[in-house]
Amino acid sequence: MSARPIYKFNGGVHPPEHKRESSGTPIVAGPLPAQLVLPLRQSIGNAAKPLVAVGERVLKGQLIAAADGSVSAALHAPTSGTVTAIEGRLVAHPSGLAEACIVIASDGRDEWEARTRFDWRAAYDAGNGRAIRDYLRDMGVVGLGGAVFPSHLKLAGRDALDTLIINGAECEPYITCDDRLMRERAADLVAGIRIVRQLLNAREVLIGIEDNKPEAVAALHAAIDGADIEVVVVPTLYPSGGAKQLIKLLTNIEVPSGVRSTDLGVQCFNVATVYTIYRALEHAEPVISRIVTLTGNVARPGNVEALIGTPLSDLMAFAGEQTGTREHIYGGPMMGFALPGLNAGLSKAGNCVIATAPADFPDKGREMPCIRCGECASACPAELQPMDLYWFSRSREFGRAQERNLFDCIECGACAYVCPSSIQLVDYYRFAKSEIWAAEASKKAADKARERHEFKQFREEREKREKAERLAARQAAAAKPATTADAAAAADDAETKAAKIKAAMARAAERKAAGETGDTQATDAMDAEKRAKIAAAMEKAAARKAHLESLQGGEAPVAEAVDEAKAEKIRAAMEAAAQRKAARDAAKADTPAQAGETDVAPAAMDDAKAAKIRAAMEAAAQRKAHRESLQAAAPVAEAAPAASALDPEKAERIRAAMQKRDEEKARLAAMSSEERAALDAERQARIDAARVRAAAKKESEQ
Amino acid sequence: MITSPFLTKPTPLQVVMTKVLLALLPGIAVYVYVFGAGILIQLLLATLTALGVEAACLKLRNFPIKPFITDGSAIVTAWLLALSLPPLAPWWMIVLATAIAIGLAKHLYGGLGQNTFNPAMVGFAVLMVSFPAQMSRWAAPQAELDALAQLTYIFTGHLAVPFDAIASATPLDTVKTTILQHGGIGELFAAPLFQAGQFGAGWLPGMMGWIALAYLAGGVYLFASKIIPWQTPLSFLVSLAALAGALHLVDPARFTSPLFHLFSGAAMLGAFFIITDPVSGPTTPRGRLIYGALIGVLVYVIRVFGGYPDGVAFAVLIMNLAAPFIDQYTQPKVFGRKGKAA
Repeated sequence: MSARPIYKFNGGVHPPEHKRESSGTPIVAGPLPAQLVLPLRQSIGNAAKPLVAVGERVLKGQLIAAADGSVSAALHAPTSGTVTAIEGRLVAHPSGLAEACIVIASDGRDEWEARTRFDWRAAYDAGNGRAIRDYLRDMGVVGLGGAVFPSHLKLAGRDALDTLIINGAECEPYITCDDRLMRERAADLVAGIRIVRQLLNAREVLIGIEDNKPEAVAALHAAIDGADIEVVVVPTLYPSGGAKQLIKLLTNIEVPSGVRSTDLGVQCFNVATVYTIYRALEHAEPVISRIVTLTGNVARPGNVEALIGTPLSDLMAFAGEQTGTREHIYGGPMMGFALPGLNAGLSKAGNCVIATAPADFPDKGREMPCIRCGECASACPAELQPMDLYWFSRSREFGRAQERNLFDCIECGACAYVCPSSIQLVDYYRFAKSEIWAAEASKKAADKARERHEFKQFREEREKREKAERLAARQAAAAKPATTADAAAAADDAETKAAKIKAAMARAAERKAAGETGDTQATDAMDAEKRAKIAAAMEKAAARKAHLESLQGGEAPVAEAVDEAKAEKIRAAMEAAAQRKAARDAAKADTPAQAGETDVAPAAMDDAKAAKIRAAMEAAAQRKAHRESLQAAAPVAEAAPAASALDPEKAERIRAAMQKRDEEKARLAAMSSEERAALDAERQARIDAARVRAAAKKESEQ
Repeated sequence: MITSPFLTKPTPLQVVMTKVLLALLPGIAVYVYVFGAGILIQLLLATLTALGVEAACLKLRNFPIKPFITDGSAIVTAWLLALSLPPLAPWWMIVLATAIAIGLAKHLYGGLGQNTFNPAMVGFAVLMVSFPAQMSRWAAPQAELDALAQLTYIFTGHLAVPFDAIASATPLDTVKTTILQHGGIGELFAAPLFQAGQFGAGWLPGMMGWIALAYLAGGVYLFASKIIPWQTPLSFLVSLAALAGALHLVDPARFTSPLFHLFSGAAMLGAFFIITDPVSGPTTPRGRLIYGALIGVLVYVIRVFGGYPDGVAFAVLIMNLAAPFIDQYTQPKVFGRKGKAA
């Protein structure tokens, strides 16, 4: 062992470990349940999109739901059987709400789908990291430490990484699944670590393990057989397994909230995640099972490699649950939650299920007033002043809570653990955070509504103006020596006609005055001006949106998980902006006639924005065409009264222009329904984002 | 219980308060040795009053009585008060002071955890301002008074000998008066009052210095059991000693030594048991340093230049007012935000 210095983070606590109960026995294969309940949302991002239908037969390992977007991961059938339902079922979530699940009745044959190994090394040698990341996404690889952040996003390094940290700290009491994994599958794990190292081009690799797992340390030492990976033993102190805490312990780097650790040259992976990366890349095995610790009030505590979707009641029965269990904790006792029911299926996040007996989990006692003793501040690994956050949250002074860095709280629970007044502090922070998110969401909705309203006003004004212009043009045309009967489409009554003509004449004069070098240029100038206005408005809207998005990302809590989601969003927004600019440039470069047909919106652009831009550009082009035709008519009216006979061709052009106008209107109407659809999608996205954040808090635990 | 954490460290409030009371025991024992059993009567009176008033206030406020009356905080307040008063003060003084501390300073402000001021010091200050004469009537250390005589005197004011025969000003009081009258300390420290009794220890300012030493021991115990932080007591004692030392160097005939200041009056009791009251003090580490240091300055200023012989109570009350302000400007940098950009 080297003399690598171990740094310190503030605070931390030593809750009773209770690891011995489950760490002594080898991992056993879990039961093959009659029915599997697979939540579609298996990562902190978007829920996967089902690819199978009810009644369909599926094989073990078959892709049954695809990743939806970049922050998402695929889902596979854990065993062979028949899809019996795709519907809302109880999932392992504290809310107890139903969520979309695929239910598979197993046929007991556990029949694998034909698998072909993905030649990731070839892809790597070809510099095609994207293909490897997409493959991992499609294999459903997510962070198994509890945060279920899609792993492929963490592999998207731009430059060489300084330090790759493999998190084997497993600091939460009761949980031993990583411990057993390290002990029993060290060779595979080390192979996986070397793959991840290669993918990230990391300079050094450190495995952080708490000193209460000497067997795991020994197993890894034996498996490494080389100097490229260093096992670093850190003192047992909860929450040393939090990504930020472990990074601090090993590198002395503090990753601030809202910053991605990769930007500081560090990336952190949980051991179980690395193991699944190895299985996926070398054995073409999607993530269809995980090791879960079953412990507490059970006859046979231990670790089980269980199929994802296994009903938790089956797992508890498998472990021999005894009578007297008060509740079941999903995850560890410091950061987990009480299950609303055991019908839920095991999710990829489920590292532990504890049946609690009152003896081990005595009542906390009455919540007493805070006496500001400061114990919580001494215990806080984020170096917050929890008693102040509690005070502000309680009195709903959310602004001040935010000022005091409420969102730096990783909800590790150390403060509530030490509180002599038995205050469930974390509950207050969760409450304050959700209130702030709700307020932000409603502000965003209000902004959206205002934006829409402003755009509507703008459009109505524009339409009114254009209508007036059109009318005036028609009348101007009609006022010409009345040779062209059709130009007199002017069924309009004579009174308004006179007024409009006057207006049109005035406008024409103005135009003439403005364009010193000629009518054509004047018109062009006006045209450009209008186009610029529209572009500016659109840009403003887009910028606002991008800003809101970045804000939302920036204020999201804890985890790198969200940091990366944010970075992703910003990247997307910037990309979209660049594309918009390109589109605008292209439109300007085009001849007016072509502009109408140009479809510049790149596929990658988000649909709503693209649609808006298309609509605006089409409208602009058509207006231009329309004005052109007008202009063609106007100079004749003005400058050449002698050659007054408006030739039929021109009249035809006017008619054509008007028709185009109508078409445009129809398109606009259609467009607004599209916008509505886009808005619905955005609302959904917001809900998803909130979930992401809720899940993100778990990132800190491994 | 649905939310994490599901575990809790078994150090409830009662344990904290019990440890504070335990830490006071050495001081009380020496106190009894120096002044006799009278202090026990005062402690008992204070405890009973505190519990009675606490129960009444909880009842009036519709709070559950049992969890709050057993948290021990009222007893801590009561004991601190009793230890601050002259041991032979008439019974109604401690009763009045305790009632004010619990009823007014604690419950009118919202009860446990809500009080702006240290309740015991409010009770003390009320007595100090309202009954200055009684507050300065200390018996001489090891006066020949048995427990029964002390009991009788506390409750009836009746004494076989005139009180003046056994009375003695405290060292702080004596120093103040002497300097006022003679412009210097002179040979004052040769007087029996300033001798530390049969156990020697010449640097201790009289028998009362032994009590202070016992408080110091209790304070170390509290620190070792992580009940109190180190910042407040240390910065207080250091600033008091530094100021006293500086002026003592300038003019030893006028300004007593740092040790005299550290071991007389309520300095030690204050350092570990009074200014460490978390509710009325700041919570940030730097804030605690500033708070303690400023109390030290105020105590010295009041003792040496003010009208009262001791200044702990008023210094604490003044700084209680400043605590939220100190907290506001001493917020520590959080994890990951310690760089320049933070």
